[in-house]
Amino acid sequence: MTHVSLKDLTKVYPGSKVPSLDRLSLEIPTGELTALLGPSGCGKTTTMKMIAGLLTPTSGDVTFDDRSILREKPEHRGVVMVFQNYLLFPYMSVADNIGFGLKMRKVDKAEIDRRVGEILDLVKLPDLGKRRPSELSGGQQQRVALARALIVQPKVLLLDEPLSNLDAHLRFEMRDLIRSLQQEMGITTIFVTHDQEEAVVLADKVALILEGRLCQYDQADVFYKRPANEAVARFFGGQNFIAGQSTGAAFDSPLGQLTLPQGAIAGKGTLTFRPENVKIGEGQSNSLNATLEDRIYLGTQTRLRLRVGDTMIEAIANPDEVGGFDVGGPVPIHLPPQTLWVLQ
Amino acid sequence: MHNDSPWLRAFRGLAGAVLIVWLVLPLVPLAIWSFARGWFFPDILPKQWTLSAWEYALSERAGVIDSLGLTIGISLAATALSILVGVPAGRALGLYKFRGKELVELLILAPTIVPGIAVALGIHSVFITLGLNNTVGGVVLVHLVPTLPYMVLVMSGIFANYDPAFESQARSLGASWLKTFWYVTFPAILPGIIVGGLFAFLVSWSQYILTLLIGGGRVVTLPLLLFNFATSGRNDITGAIGIVYILPGIIILILTARHLSGRNGAVGGFGRI
Ligand SMILES: Nc1ncnc2c1ncn2[C@@H]1O[C@H](COP(=O)(O)OP(=O)(O)OP(=O)(O)O)[C@@H](O)[C@H]1O
Ligand SMILES: [Mg+2]
Repeated sequence: MTHVSLKDLTKVYPGSKVPSLDRLSLEIPTGELTALLGPSGCGKTTTMKMIAGLLTPTSGDVTFDDRSILREKPEHRGVVMVFQNYLLFPYMSVADNIGFGLKMRKVDKAEIDRRVGEILDLVKLPDLGKRRPSELSGGQQQRVALARALIVQPKVLLLDEPLSNLDAHLRFEMRDLIRSLQQEMGITTIFVTHDQEEAVVLADKVALILEGRLCQYDQADVFYKRPANEAVARFFGGQNFIAGQSTGAAFDSPLGQLTLPQGAIAGKGTLTFRPENVKIGEGQSNSLNATLEDRIYLGTQTRLRLRVGDTMIEAIANPDEVGGFDVGGPVPIHLPPQTLWVLQ
Repeated sequence: MHNDSPWLRAFRGLAGAVLIVWLVLPLVPLAIWSFARGWFFPDILPKQWTLSAWEYALSERAGVIDSLGLTIGISLAATALSILVGVPAGRALGLYKFRGKELVELLILAPTIVPGIAVALGIHSVFITLGLNNTVGGVVLVHLVPTLPYMVLVMSGIFANYDPAFESQARSLGASWLKTFWYVTFPAILPGIIVGGLFAFLVSWSQYILTLLIGGGRVVTLPLLLFNFATSGRNDITGAIGIVYILPGIIILILTARHLSGRNGAVGGFGRI
């Protein structure tokens, strides 16, 4: 039961001029699961290490329940970090690896054995306790690393890309397992990923970090509907960005005048809408006559490149809907107002 | 290493055979001498055999047993100190980049390049002021000059292939730094400590000039004793002491042969000598 908060957390590695993490502030409520999302090198691992006490921040603070923990040693913080590359101790059996945290807490041998057996079942690796880590597959190692962290029931759990090496099937299973265990135990969890889908499915809230800076911290759906800026929208798969002028109710651009949803900002801005929200056919408003420039069939969906005047629009449609249109020919489309959003 | 050609295997077999012959051959006359009652020119083997040289060598009078104990003690102490200093030094050199690293490496290697007698004369004058001359402690300390480079090089080789993130992981799981060292670091570097320690032991074991200069003739280790008998012309007793003296080296060589096969990083550091 721990409320974690990061206050202007900054890290400048020795010898580097730019901060690898720049004034990150986050509130992570008790028992919630937050995803740190961002491309490679944006500072995710750096953040985790500072929370775990394995790296000293250049400035800023980390508090658990309003108490700064920066002075506490890593082993006293009640935080367990699961690393990207699992780091199973090569000289110990799988069971000894998993039991390591309990042994350090002086739990007696019989109790450790019992709990290790339990958790091995939970991560679906019964019978593997006697093996060496080197005798496991990457996915199995990852599950052992997870089990080794969960068994000590930490106050705060830090998971650095815990699902990256699992195949699709196992990934879904482990994702659900992490979610259910985390909720059952009420462990405040921070979860690193560079996969937006994983973040969206798993997390209560998502923190998107680009180049060491927090770009947006919100519930997952907000990133799709109300991205904070173009970089955020692009990270989440946005492809349509059209400059123009907003009145708050309508948007003037080379596409003509488009009706906006309520709450849109006024002034100069960039209109954005997601490819999957471009609808084929005439609509009640925001109807446009487009020309089909190109199409790519992707199985369950078809990607379309459309041109309206001189403006290119990316769209994703149901293959059945667009089968009848020819490349080079006209396609009627409309943009439902509630799917539009204006960026500053 | 894994798909050796037959040629390579044959070559290694040959190299092994040469090594053994080269090591064992000089010991043969030594062994024969120790059991001979006179051994004169045209004879291929002595005419008469006796145990008297061994009886003398192992008697209280000869001082061989005392000297053996002393030599073992000095070499063990020098080895222990080498490990104590060499492990952290090897870690710093193997894991981290820092300013002046090349200079530190050079300084550590220097004793293996500079003639021992030059070093010893310098240390001799320093030890006079410290009152360490003619003491066992002084001899142990001066033995560190040639033993430390080996220890540090072996350990820096080990640490160059070591991922300190394992230590972070252990800390995060609740281990104090002491327990982290014991459960995580130590098992990983143990092969290096063994190989480096055995080398340090052997290097200390074979010191002559340093012991003579700093010990001032009062600290009589086996090589000094051996030299005394050799120069006095008693080939039979020299042979017996020689065998006693050489035995640890052979045992250690056999013990380390496995570690020296190049399959681990323990000897990687030697590439830099
Ligand atoms: N020890 C270090 N010294 C100097 N710079 C470092 C160090 N560790 C990381 N960095 C730099 O800090 C930045 C952030 O690194 P970090 O490991 O936090 O990235 P990440 O978001 O975890 O990336 P990935 O998804 O690839 O794991 C990178 O630009 C990296 O080069
Ligand atoms: Mg990382």
